Amino acid sequence: MPQGAYLRLLLFFLGPAVLVYSLFSIYPLLATIINSLYSRQNDGAYLWEGLGNFRTLLLDPTWSVPFWNALRNNFIFFLIHMCVQNPIGLLLAALLSLPRLRFRATYRTLIFMPTMLSVVVIGFVWQLILSPLWGIARMFLNFFGLGFLFAPWLGVESSALITVSLISVWQFVGIPMILIYTALLAIPDELIDAATVDGLNQFQAFVWVKLPLIWPTIGLVSILTFVNNFNAFDLIYAMKGALAGPNFSTDIMGTLFYRTFFGNQLQLGNPSMGSAIATMMLIVILTGVMVYLFLVQRRIQRYSF
Amino acid sequence: MCIKGLKTLLLGAAAAFALASAASAGTLTIESWRNDDAQIWKDKIIPAFEKAHPDIKIEFTPTAPKEYNAALNAKLEGGTAGDIITCRPFDASLELYNKGYLVSLNELSTMSNFSDVAKSAWTTDDGKTTFCVPMASVIHGFIYNKDIFKELGLEEPKTEDEFFAVLEKIKANGAYVPLVLGTNDQWESATMGFQNIGPNYWKGEEGRKALIDGTGKLTDPAYFSTFATLAKWAPYLGDGFKAQTYPDSQNLFGLGKGAIYAAGSWDISTFRAQKVNMGAFKPPLPAGATECYISDHTDIGIGMNAKTKNPADAKVFLEWIGSEEFANILGNELPGFFPLSNAKVTLSDDVAQTFVNWRGECKSTIRNSYQILSRGTPNLENEMWNVSAQVINGAMTPDAAAKQLQDGLAKWYAPQQK
Repeated sequence: MPQGAYLRLLLFFLGPAVLVYSLFSIYPLLATIINSLYSRQNDGAYLWEGLGNFRTLLLDPTWSVPFWNALRNNFIFFLIHMCVQNPIGLLLAALLSLPRLRFRATYRTLIFMPTMLSVVVIGFVWQLILSPLWGIARMFLNFFGLGFLFAPWLGVESSALITVSLISVWQFVGIPMILIYTALLAIPDELIDAATVDGLNQFQAFVWVKLPLIWPTIGLVSILTFVNNFNAFDLIYAMKGALAGPNFSTDIMGTLFYRTFFGNQLQLGNPSMGSAIATMMLIVILTGVMVYLFLVQRRIQRYSF
Repeated sequence: MCIKGLKTLLLGAAAAFALASAASAGTLTIESWRNDDAQIWKDKIIPAFEKAHPDIKIEFTPTAPKEYNAALNAKLEGGTAGDIITCRPFDASLELYNKGYLVSLNELSTMSNFSDVAKSAWTTDDGKTTFCVPMASVIHGFIYNKDIFKELGLEEPKTEDEFFAVLEKIKANGAYVPLVLGTNDQWESATMGFQNIGPNYWKGEEGRKALIDGTGKLTDPAYFSTFATLAKWAPYLGDGFKAQTYPDSQNLFGLGKGAIYAAGSWDISTFRAQKVNMGAFKPPLPAGATECYISDHTDIGIGMNAKTKNPADAKVFLEWIGSEEFANILGNELPGFFPLSNAKVTLSDDVAQTFVNWRGECKSTIRNSYQILSRGTPNLENEMWNVSAQVINGAMTPDAAAKQLQDGLAKWYAPQQK
């Protein structure tokens, strides 16, 4: 192919994507980073700060205490998703792919449904379910004689974050389920047949044959969980407000960013400190993704059938 | 899903808004956070104005209260905000004026209808320029259910001792929640709790100004006692009050399940709609106090977008907002929002009238965190939300709460660093 035609073809296929990504992804990202290096004066002018905003964020206790608190909470938020959402997703996918399962499509749709609902709806519904005043959670526990276990979980410092995390798990469990389920479907029946002939039962076949084949998908699910959790914001904002109470126990990077960038009640928005926090979020996510790419992804074996 | 989604949403809203406002010239659009009042604006206020000024059309386009500041700032920066801006009190609006988004309204003739105190929330620090017309204030106190009080043979409490005696009686009866307040949303604890009963302790304006000039500290006995009293509320609040949201509180009282509601006067119209037979009493006097103080907070002003295409019409509208006619409509159609104008207004709602009568019996003050003291980091208002909720939850002692507020303020506010 002549070079001119090749270039035109390249432009035709890559151009739109490059344009869209540059405009909506790369430009805002760069603008945020640049913004974080300036500070805004009262008259609206911008002043070069270098890494000053980051020094303030990490070293001045007024900023660093909320920052580390939000980062720690965010890790807890992520760990709960990793340890609860993904194993349950895997289990559900394994159950769904059982050969003799009735109402398969119904289960799949029902479990996936919450993922498609608006977080505002999810937040509202769960707040009602768990409400000590009108909620059904207490009645439900009473029915099993466990009423003494009930507490206003969302309002107690020690349980609020766990409760919010579990609500988020409930909402998003459909995603790992559907991804892993699809990967399981792609495994050829011959492999399972061969394993059965070799004397493995259903469970053994899952652990020794299917699981190794879906490790790449599980890796993908983990990294998606990581990125989504460190970008999370909306559920906590909907249920606990921008101050993420009680005593900032549900504050994660997203809410800290929102409060700083846009302000809250009498607190005025601070675009440059907000950008500094957003940049820190980017660094955390980038580090996580790099660790995954270089340490995990490379070791995963892929099989082709 | 994340912040990116939010930004797109804001931009989208702003774009949709720009299209809508481009559609008809000669129309003034109003930015506001009072989406609860949209109906009254559409049915009463706007028709009254348009009757007198048939050539000007008004559109009321409110945003949800907690998104308002962020959305408004985004729209102003993008140049898509409406012609008329509803002003939050103090620094949020002062910043808009300093950035050139709001204009001086000194030359409006109806500005003379307002006292300096009324204008203080929308005036520059040097007192020279006023950039929003004061519209309404809200008053704190307690709303009670008259039927429950009658059933249990209770009287309106005047002192704090009587207040707790009444709460004790309701609790002993067991059928109703004695005091309705939730700590989930945090601001309820600070605004309906701390700022409601506090002025009696810190002597209203005297204490508020002392904090600003540095002669008073948040660790003074007045603030400790306010928190100590708040902490005593916990046993009388609804079951699971720690997860009770503001709408939960409104429903609890509105459905007749609660006896006393720690109120802002703006709740009157909500409870009217739910047909509660209600009365109101002012914050009860602490032991030993002789004079009463109330929080009569300048809450809503209204100004003009500097970039409006229609400044002449906008000024006509703002002149009207300052008039006696508007004061009367506002006071009567939105019971619980009290006009700040000096015009004589008679209110048809008896509970609203009770609230406004306190202005004559007690000394008025505004919320102490609003002027100047919330300019730095950590933000005093945010801190008050946090510690007030924690004190009521029993997670923090009154001492520690007062100390955290003072330490936070002293970190950045020079007069408090001496």
